[in-house]
Amino acid sequence: MDREAGSAAAIEFCDVSKRYEGRETHAVHELSLSVPAGDICVLIGPSGSGKTTAMKMVNRLIDITSGDITIGGQSVRRLDLTELRRGIGYVFQQIGLFPHMSIEDNIGTVPRLLGWPKQRIHGRVAELLELVGLEPSDAKRYPGQFSGGQRQRIGVARAMAADPPIMLMDEPFGAIDPITRERLTDDFLRLHAEVRKTVIFVTHDIDEAIKVGDRVAILKAGRLVQYGTPDEILAAPADDFVADFVGADRGLKRLRLRRLRDIELEPVSENGDVADLPTVDERTSLRDALSLMVTQRVTALVVLDESGEPRGMVGMQTLAHFADAEEATA
Amino acid sequence: MLVQLAQAGPVIPTFQRGSTCERENRHFCWDWFSSHWSNTFVPRLVEHIELVAIAVGIGFVIAMACALIAYRWKWFDGPATGVFAFFYTIPSLAFFQLMVPFTGLTRLSAEIALISYTLLILFRNIVTGLHEVPPDALEAAQAMGLTRNQTLWRVELPLALPAIMAGIRIATVTTISLATIAAFIGVGGLGQPIFNAIQTGFKTQFIAAGVLAVLLAFVADALLVLVQRLLTPWARARVG
Repeated sequence: MDREAGSAAAIEFCDVSKRYEGRETHAVHELSLSVPAGDICVLIGPSGSGKTTAMKMVNRLIDITSGDITIGGQSVRRLDLTELRRGIGYVFQQIGLFPHMSIEDNIGTVPRLLGWPKQRIHGRVAELLELVGLEPSDAKRYPGQFSGGQRQRIGVARAMAADPPIMLMDEPFGAIDPITRERLTDDFLRLHAEVRKTVIFVTHDIDEAIKVGDRVAILKAGRLVQYGTPDEILAAPADDFVADFVGADRGLKRLRLRRLRDIELEPVSENGDVADLPTVDERTSLRDALSLMVTQRVTALVVLDESGEPRGMVGMQTLAHFADAEEATA
Repeated sequence: MLVQLAQAGPVIPTFQRGSTCERENRHFCWDWFSSHWSNTFVPRLVEHIELVAIAVGIGFVIAMACALIAYRWKWFDGPATGVFAFFYTIPSLAFFQLMVPFTGLTRLSAEIALISYTLLILFRNIVTGLHEVPPDALEAAQAMGLTRNQTLWRVELPLALPAIMAGIRIATVTTISLATIAAFIGVGGLGQPIFNAIQTGFKTQFIAAGVLAVLLAFVADALLVLVQRLLTPWARARVG
């Protein structure tokens, strides 16, 4: 693969099918979708929907039965297997750190295979450890000395070691307690905003999908049911299966996608008794704003900008408009 | 039998001339032991170590080769285990005697028998160790584009090391014990003074050689534990 390291590459599934030997039905059936370079595409569906199979066909951990997947226009079927895999970062739930190697050797695995000079690997490891929030002194320790959350960070650092344009993530934070998971997800999104890799992210958790994905592909029994931005999917589920899958509270979920600073606010009324209304930071999500209204038993809030000055007001009606699932917003 | 042999007459020249301790054939005569240390026990000890080192060394090479074959081609596992288990069941005394018509009263005969006994232990431990490599480490290796050989040398064998070392320890201790019987076909080692002592009934020689064999087993095992610790620093590195 002659792709320039560091730059993201678009991934395109073209009529990709997978049928396991001896099975009647397809695990993945004529899947077509394109992931723009630098985006996070979440594959989601119930177990048996083919989401993991679809992801593993990208680095050919699973062979493609028919159709093709291209990375930056190049067919994965025509690329040398080891080269293909060394150019794709891979993170999975079990992490798979090598217990007998130090953190430095774990992270440096692919750069070593690619023949990087020692000094460069050393520098890269230090850089990555900092990027994922670990200490440089951790480089010489072994995986057994770290907690699950820390190990997952090391797993992410290892996947990014050779600066691959693409990352595959198979329920990467699935085995981690909810609080750590939340933080890892936030950190990962921050990291992604910096490095902009093309990511295929598999999960069965709709909340995680909505939070992480630039685009979400919903699969059912090997077929793509709907592909769109989280907002599109929450606003207009393609069918009952999707509506069911995203949940009855999809309106509330939509509210979480926006922050107060992203919407048009009503002017602060001059005569109304604004002083009695609770105030809220403009970085608050619409959902948290609604929650505040409900708990404070009010129908409007005063929104403050970062310097603490009132910027405007938001009312229950506005929130209801954004929660309205039937009304798709551009 | 010991008593009868002793009564049959003086076999060891020093029996009538030595110290009181020797003449009375007490349990352990330090003066006799120390005067025979360098010319009797040291050479036997060296022979013994050689017998064991060669047997375990060659046994390890054969077992490792077979284990790697059995790991890649599963069908080989059953037959190999069967053959090695068969060797393992042959009574040791009979095995040494069995080799004599083919290879004579030589060290080769002794080594063939000793090597055969190590194979089952080493083979099973290596195969088990390889199979116990965590599947997630293998998936990671595959996904990162390690070739089959790279995976074997960089991931599978290092992770199988504790099980492999456990096999080497058992094989070594077992062989140290079995090698005393090899003296039956006259190849030396610590078994020789033991066989002599059985014939003469001279307790000091019997106990000295026996204790040396036991000590050798302990020391060898301790050294192997040390080697294992040096080779697997990661095994002790844990949280807290």
